[in-house]
Amino acid sequence: MARLIALFFMVFALPVLAQSVDRPDPNTATTGPATQSLDDILRRQDNLKVDDSERRAIIGGPEYAPSVDSPLGTRGGASDSDLWRAMRFNNGDISTQNTGPAATVLMQDAGMWWLDIRRGPLQTYGAYLLGGTLLLLALFLLIRGRIRIEGEKTGRTIERFKAFERFGHWLLASSFIVLAITGLISLFGRKVLIPAFGHDAFSTVAIGTKWVHNNISWAFMVALVMIFFFWVMHNLPDKTDLKWLAKGGGIFGGGHPPAKKFNAGQKLIFWAVIVLGGSISISGLSLLFPFEINLFAHTFDLLNGLGAPGWVGMENLPSDLSPQEEMQYAQLWHAIISFVLTAIIFAHIYLGSVGMEGAFDAMGKGEVEEQWAREHHSLWVEEVKAKQRVQPGE
Amino acid sequence: MKAFVLALCAAVVITVGANLILNEIGFSAQDTTSSPSVRLDSDS
Ligand code: HEM
Repeated sequence: MARLIALFFMVFALPVLAQSVDRPDPNTATTGPATQSLDDILRRQDNLKVDDSERRAIIGGPEYAPSVDSPLGTRGGASDSDLWRAMRFNNGDISTQNTGPAATVLMQDAGMWWLDIRRGPLQTYGAYLLGGTLLLLALFLLIRGRIRIEGEKTGRTIERFKAFERFGHWLLASSFIVLAITGLISLFGRKVLIPAFGHDAFSTVAIGTKWVHNNISWAFMVALVMIFFFWVMHNLPDKTDLKWLAKGGGIFGGGHPPAKKFNAGQKLIFWAVIVLGGSISISGLSLLFPFEINLFAHTFDLLNGLGAPGWVGMENLPSDLSPQEEMQYAQLWHAIISFVLTAIIFAHIYLGSVGMEGAFDAMGKGEVEEQWAREHHSLWVEEVKAKQRVQPGE
Repeated sequence: MKAFVLALCAAVVITVGANLILNEIGFSAQDTTSSPSVRLDSDS
């Protein structure tokens, strides 16, 4: 009986006993700054920012070193954990006989966000952008139709572009189109082409497109410099552009607003090609010569100095980048700007071919129908005519 | 049309030429990051 009573008390006392033990609060449990706390782990699982600045810095060092003749004194003040931590956070003093620029980075932990963007939103939004642009152009063709030469054709032509100008344009255009196609193949290979055609077929295609993309880039850069010098003087903004833009190039208010050699819309195309094309070229060179041309840490530093991230409510941009991170940013920038310029070029190709009667001849033959020129570039025609009157017979 | 065809030819020439020059100056990651005692290709 006494045993039964004892058991009775024990059973009832158990919960009390259990409660009387102090359970550590999981959110504060920590074994010191060198180890991550449960809170850190949970935050990381929730994709929240973890402040590990203290942990990163615990890598030992001479200031902690016991004298050389004491136990562990020869380790320079760094324990095993300190050494591994230094490698984990890329803080160690690594030396190697490998001459590669990034060879001293043994662990790079900033690659996943980049990979996720490259195989996710970059491809999705890029495809939407290009597809949407094509759709809009098709809609424009359906609704507005081809922009025709309205007046009576004269049968006379005016020279619009000399042969060397057309050469520059077509060098730019052909290289850009090849770059766009081979670039898209590289970007969408893993997600679209490998599942569709298999690894073996894509391997051959990828080797070929990479070779072409890398090398034809020089043709694009040469042509970009050429057309810049050919046409920059005709593309400086002036007052006629404001009037042209106010009328939406003739979409609002009817009639053709006056324009010089290039109208405001064309000037926008020109500067988009120069600025975006230039930026694609520079980031492309950075990718072509890996780790040699680092653009982003410096740029982010400049932007932080200006306080630019604050203007859009962002924290300062990271300006201490590993060589690999530099390349990651270069890749994303190169791809994003290329998508944007390709969308713009779709609109340009549309207007230069099916979209407008008489436009293609300017780049095809170099000569345009006089009536076309009077409608689209009235001020330019007058300039040309005035010059012809001064130098008859030319 | 002639300008167009000429531009296409130039694009091909520049592409092939760029490759020749870059190989000549040993630009590839393989060349810049390894010493001659490293053989990455089976044929070199
Ligand atoms: C098959 C593709 C293309 C066609 C049919 C085409 C057609 C044309 C035509 C007809 C013009 C002269 C417009 C005028 O007389 O005022 C022109 C100008 C121009 N093109 Fe293209 N083009 C093509 C591709 C490209 C590409 C890929 C680029 C650049 C990456 C480009 C950049 C320019 C620039 C900067 C101008 C001068 C400014 C302007 O007229 O907008 N073109 N193009």
